[in-house]
Amino acid sequence: MKARVTVTLKNGVLDPQGKAIVGALGSLGFDGVASVRQGKIFDVEIDTKDRAVAEANVKAMCEKLLANTVIEDYAVELV
Amino acid sequence: MKSAVVLLPGLNRDRDMIAALTKISGQAPQTVWQTDTEIPDVDLIVIPGGFSYGDYLRCGAIAARMPVMQAIREKADKGVVVMGVCNGFQILQEAGLLPGALMRNASLKFVCREVKLEVTNANTAFTRGYSHGQIVRCPVAHHDGNFFADETTLARIEGEGQVVFRYAEGTNPNGAMNDIAGIISEKGNVLGMMPHPENLIEAAHGGSDGRALFAGILGIAA
Repeated sequence: MKARVTVTLKNGVLDPQGKAIVGALGSLGFDGVASVRQGKIFDVEIDTKDRAVAEANVKAMCEKLLANTVIEDYAVELV
Repeated sequence: MKSAVVLLPGLNRDRDMIAALTKISGQAPQTVWQTDTEIPDVDLIVIPGGFSYGDYLRCGAIAARMPVMQAIREKADKGVVVMGVCNGFQILQEAGLLPGALMRNASLKFVCREVKLEVTNANTAFTRGYSHGQIVRCPVAHHDGNFFADETTLARIEGEGQVVFRYAEGTNPNGAMNDIAGIISEKGNVLGMMPHPENLIEAAHGGSDGRALFAGILGIAA
C-alpha cells in the first residue's frame, strides 16, 4: 500500500524560503503572487493491504519523525 | 568533574568541544557514540555542533532518534547537566528535551561571524560564571538558528527565566524571536545555544569570553 504524506508549516510560522520564492517569482514576471508556503511530500510504501493499519502506521511515522509538530502540520493520503 | 562528548556522523565541532573541555578542566572528556545505549557516569554531557546526518529531513531530526538520545534523556531526567551547541541545540529540540524549533535563518544565508550575547539569567548551572546583564562576545556559524516557539511556549519560557542568552546590540544574525540565542529546560539542567562558546576560550581565538561558561558548568575558576 502506498501513502502520500504532505508536511506543511503551521499557520503563523514564518516561512523565509516561501518569501524568497515569492521574490524569485516576481523577478520572473509573475506579478500578483500574494504568498507562497513551501513544504515537503513523502511517498511511503508499506507492506500491508489493510487501509486502517496503513493509515495508523503512517500517522505514527509523522508524529515520531516525518513532521516536527512544533512547527509543522501533516496530512496522510492513502493512494 | 567528568564530562562526555557525543559523537555523531556529520558533526564537525566535536574536536573543538573536546579541546575546550580538556583545556579548561584539565581532563579529557569521554566520548559516546550514537549507538551507545549507556552513558558513563559523568556530570556533564555535551552534544557539539555540525551537520549530523547531513541535516537530512530537518536539522538534528535523525540524530534525535538515535539510541544514544534515549540514554541522554534518561540522564537528563536524573538531573545530569546536558548542553547542546548549534546542531546540538537543534538535536535537543528535535528530541523534545528543549522547547521550540530552530528555523532557517530569516536572511536565508549561512551566517559565520561574531555576535554579542547578553546573559539574561546568570542564576543557572551554565551561566553562573557570568553576571546578570553581562554582554559577551561569541562566534556563530549556522544556517538554521532562527528560534521559533508558539505564543504560549514563548510566554512560558520568558516568564520562567529559561531564556539565558539573547543576541545583544542589534547582532541578531538569524531573526530569532525575542533575540533568543540560548535557553534552558524547565528543570534548568539542559542548555541549548546556537553560538559557539568553545571557539572563544583562549588568546589564540582572539578572546576568551566563552571560557566562563565551561568554568561555570564545571565549577572551576575561569
